[in-house]
Amino acid sequence: MPKLLTGAEIVFKCLEDQKVEHIFGYPGGAVLPIYDELKNHPSIKHILVRHEQGAGHAAEGYARSSGKPGVVLVTSGPGATNVVTALTDAYMDSVPLVCISGQVPTHLIGTDAFQECDTTGITRPCTKHNWLVKDINDLSKVIHEAFRVATTGRPGPVLIDIPKDIQFAKTKYKKPNKEKSLNGKSHNKFSQDQIDELVKLLSKAKKPIIYSGGGVINSGPKASQALREFVELTGFPITSTLQGLGAYPGDDNQFLGMLGMHGTYEANNAMHDCDLLINIGARFDDRITGKIDEFSPNSKKVHIDIDPSSINKIIKVDLAIVGDVTSVISKINKKIAKRKNGHSKSNKSNIAKWWEQIEKWREKDSLNFINSDESIKPQHAVQRLYELTKNKDTYVTTEVGQHQMWAAQHYKFNKPNRWMTSGGLGTMGYGLPAAVGVQIAHPEKLVIDIAGEASVLMTMQEMSTAVQYNLPIKIFILNNQYMGMVRQWQELLHEKNYSESYSEALPDFMKMAEAYGCKGIKADRPSELDDKIQEMIDYDGPVIFDCHVDPNENCFPMIPSGKPHNQMILGPNEQEENKIKGKGKALV
Amino acid sequence: MPKSKSAYSVPTKKQKSDTYIFVVWVDNEAGVLARVVGLFSGRGYNIESLAVAEVDAVKNISRITIVTTGTPQVIDQIRLQLTKLVPVHKVAEFKREDKDVIFKEMALFKVVGKRNKIEKCLNACKKFNPVILDETKSSAVIQITALRREIDVMNKKLKPLGLISTSRTGAVAMTRGAKIFN
Repeated sequence: MPKLLTGAEIVFKCLEDQKVEHIFGYPGGAVLPIYDELKNHPSIKHILVRHEQGAGHAAEGYARSSGKPGVVLVTSGPGATNVVTALTDAYMDSVPLVCISGQVPTHLIGTDAFQECDTTGITRPCTKHNWLVKDINDLSKVIHEAFRVATTGRPGPVLIDIPKDIQFAKTKYKKPNKEKSLNGKSHNKFSQDQIDELVKLLSKAKKPIIYSGGGVINSGPKASQALREFVELTGFPITSTLQGLGAYPGDDNQFLGMLGMHGTYEANNAMHDCDLLINIGARFDDRITGKIDEFSPNSKKVHIDIDPSSINKIIKVDLAIVGDVTSVISKINKKIAKRKNGHSKSNKSNIAKWWEQIEKWREKDSLNFINSDESIKPQHAVQRLYELTKNKDTYVTTEVGQHQMWAAQHYKFNKPNRWMTSGGLGTMGYGLPAAVGVQIAHPEKLVIDIAGEASVLMTMQEMSTAVQYNLPIKIFILNNQYMGMVRQWQELLHEKNYSESYSEALPDFMKMAEAYGCKGIKADRPSELDDKIQEMIDYDGPVIFDCHVDPNENCFPMIPSGKPHNQMILGPNEQEENKIKGKGKALV
Repeated sequence: MPKSKSAYSVPTKKQKSDTYIFVVWVDNEAGVLARVVGLFSGRGYNIESLAVAEVDAVKNISRITIVTTGTPQVIDQIRLQLTKLVPVHKVAEFKREDKDVIFKEMALFKVVGKRNKIEKCLNACKKFNPVILDETKSSAVIQITALRREIDVMNKKLKPLGLISTSRTGAVAMTRGAKIFN
């Protein structure tokens, strides 16, 4: 007779078979049997966080930077509710997470027992799927299926709720069975005809643009490689969403920068004026499209996505290719290479005029800002950080707000999986715990959280985690004492009524660093910035860098709400010019 | 131009809404109905009626029939989003006007009153296969099967004749002829 294992043992057996090396978690009453079993499984390292939301974001950072699913272990009740923000964040940004939560014993479910909550009910809308395991014989099957659901197709979070009595109950362990189709849900549904049609569109296009997104990153490093080949073969300009940064080198001449609300002038105008738009692994998010009715009005639109429900959800497209980015782009590249004789050359000359136009837009230099000798401009700080770290293989996470957009605009990524940010949900407090997860996955690499002082305070407790595991993460805070993006919207849309967006009584981040047992660095003059950044990079251990920046700086360029791509507000230089023009007119 | 005070765009022109019937085959497991219904409420889709029951005890399959309204784009989304749910096997949808599909609802009417009034009720229901399920001297429970709007009409018509309680199901659907939903 095969050996009978407890539920807790089965959990670890499954994790071992799924090649899990790290789990992020926090113990509590309803998961104690699983924690008790931890010591018997040396190949799995548990990272103790300080709040379950931190566990979730750390697992997200781990997953995004490594391509492996992140695993979270929390207790029932508050443990589960605390992780909901991170699950929702992962759901919006398609990050594979497997969350295991404890639950009160089955006979107490529904009785309002201590630390009971309807975990599967609460997390149903923010996971790809979830399970409440009420029979020990289902446990191993459910855990293996959970990993499959989280990692296949469009990735996302899943949750397994395990009552405490199930963790004690015993049964035989079942190994994962070979690929079983999930109710017939296949992910590559495209045909050669569609590829041929796309290649035909490519050869006809005079004003094409490629718009790539997080799907390229999720498809793995091969997808980025294929994308680079595709861009080279076609000679087309490429822009990227926030989540897609790094799939194509940020410093390449064919790259127009990020598009969307805070995207570059050239990227947004190219989107508006193009005659062929190729969306690769992006979802026409409302921060990207601007006004839907006037979105890219004269283009043929192609959408390549693994999720059929992304097609025609926001923008109607002319050609939809449902499939994994790697396989679709490789097929396209093959087809183009076959037709190479004359094709690629003639195509490049087709679009020479288009490139001239793009260069004209580029001359606007829409990311410009007026630098200062007195105060540190936040854009300048990000630029210096980039210059001083670009020769290392640096991983960057962010919080949410102005600093996030400045990081996206001024830090240039050359490789996929180096940029971790909360895009869909926009979770302030994401960056610090995400940096913890990234550093766990890449212990030897430089990991920087470009943060805002308001965001970082939301999950600051995770500094304690960083110190405990000696994770040398660098928290680079652009401290402007405001919830900067809120302040910016209030300035532009609410007549400068800065309602509750100024943080009185901010903590002294130097003392905070000391209290946590890490290093604190402070900079408030531009002249000292480089030295201090270098000091941060050179320090072997976690650092909180308090960078005092100009509190009134706004993030430009921007598309105001309800406006199309070609009606951007540009930066201060341009505004200055316009003002003078206005005055000039009045004089005449 | 008035300035938008929102970080979001304003809604633009709306397309025409139509009524559709969705038929969804799902694993009959705990919480599956909540997943389907939660998808509708969470994404702001509308449910006019709902019928659900197990149809295959061996394979453990339930069939859910949902009547909903939406623009073609929304109907597309409903199908695609439903298909993504893990316990969903297949999804079929058709317009209410579709001639190749039958759909029916059932209603139970309780009528209280004198014999002649009950007779009048039965008479009024004649077109809809009335069946008397329970009868006393002063009351009757009448079952009819009909279309939604026909039941609506009957519901109004029987009120003056002593109808005191109505119970009705959601619509169920079946294709005509030999073929089945794909």
